Amino acid sequence: MIAIFTAQDQFLESTKDDRFGRCPWFIKMDTVTNQWEAFQNPGVGHTSGAGVAAAQFVIDQKAEAVISGDFGPHAVDAFHAANISMFLYSKDISSIQQAVESFKQEKLSLFS
Amino acid sequence: MRIVVASGKGGTGKTTIATSLALSLVVNGEVHYVDCDVEAPNGHIFLKPQITHQSNAVIRIPVINKDACSLCGRCVEVCQFHALAKIGKMIMTFPQLCHGCGSCTVNCPESAIEELANPIGVIESGVTAHGLNFSQGRLNISEPMSTPVIRQLKKSITTKDESIVVLDAPPGASCSVVETLRGVDFVLLVAEPTPFGVHDLKQMIGIVTEMGIPAGVIINREKAMFMPLKDLCTEVHIPILMNIPFNRRIAAGLAEGLTLIEINPDYSQRLQDVYRQISSIIASIKE
Repeated sequence: MIAIFTAQDQFLESTKDDRFGRCPWFIKMDTVTNQWEAFQNPGVGHTSGAGVAAAQFVIDQKAEAVISGDFGPHAVDAFHAANISMFLYSKDISSIQQAVESFKQEKLSLFS
Repeated sequence: MRIVVASGKGGTGKTTIATSLALSLVVNGEVHYVDCDVEAPNGHIFLKPQITHQSNAVIRIPVINKDACSLCGRCVEVCQFHALAKIGKMIMTFPQLCHGCGSCTVNCPESAIEELANPIGVIESGVTAHGLNFSQGRLNISEPMSTPVIRQLKKSITTKDESIVVLDAPPGASCSVVETLRGVDFVLLVAEPTPFGVHDLKQMIGIVTEMGIPAGVIINREKAMFMPLKDLCTEVHIPILMNIPFNRRIAAGLAEGLTLIEINPDYSQRLQDVYRQISSIIASIKE
């Protein structure tokens, strides 16, 4: 499945970013083929509606899961409507690579 | 004649001055006091108006007709506030982000969007015991945008050419203050003689200069002339029209809900003098 991770930079070794709407990079990972791609967050510079813009991006990528440190109310509404599951980084994770491993092993908790 | 009382720094005495200025001018003819601090209006505490009219301030938010919508996503593209998102088989709206600009409605190729008037605040008007016309706006709790309420509040005031309108601005120097300032003839800047006060006054001077509105300063709570404030006013050629000394009796009176002119009736004449100075400044600009 397609999972999207919020990151501070564009590589798998990059540090995770705990913000959803304002993170600089999204790492899109296909958990079956392990193919991945980095995208700049389209919502990052906007004065308002960053969460909506970022959620729209994730939805357009046809992701089934999105992983970050927290999600704002507009992003939450959008993902509930789109049926995309939100997961949270655990405290011991620092790189995207670690996050991907934890996600595959189903160690990450669901955002509620 | 439309005069805004603004400040930059909060708590300098805008409402203190705006309410008493308006009351002092009632002898001259028709005067309106308009409380544009729609997030926390407090003029009513001092003026104690009888409210006779109430109406909703609204933003027009989009409602998508699902049967007519082709999911082309054009509305999502044109919305610069990200108040719309395309999710699966529907377009989702985020009313709190919507600025009511109407772009989505106009750009929809299927004419599938209708606009719903969403109340975000209340506009109230009435009159005080002294015959002062009173209006205020109140933004509903949890609503993020005050500017549409301020705009609709200002539009609701009907005046004659000779009327005097005193607008009590919100604190700060952001969108809501700029909205209050639009289209007015003069701005009275209430300045606090402190470094913080001078810093925030500079912000306001930048704004009113850019907007081309003539200004004058009233120094409030003055113990001694604060040179950085005096120098600033000299530098930007803004006249100091009145100085109010730091006076515990005034503070105590305000805390009881008394207006400045009730506490000290001398201020009525002084404020009428300020108005005369404002009129002559404007007249000399016109020449």
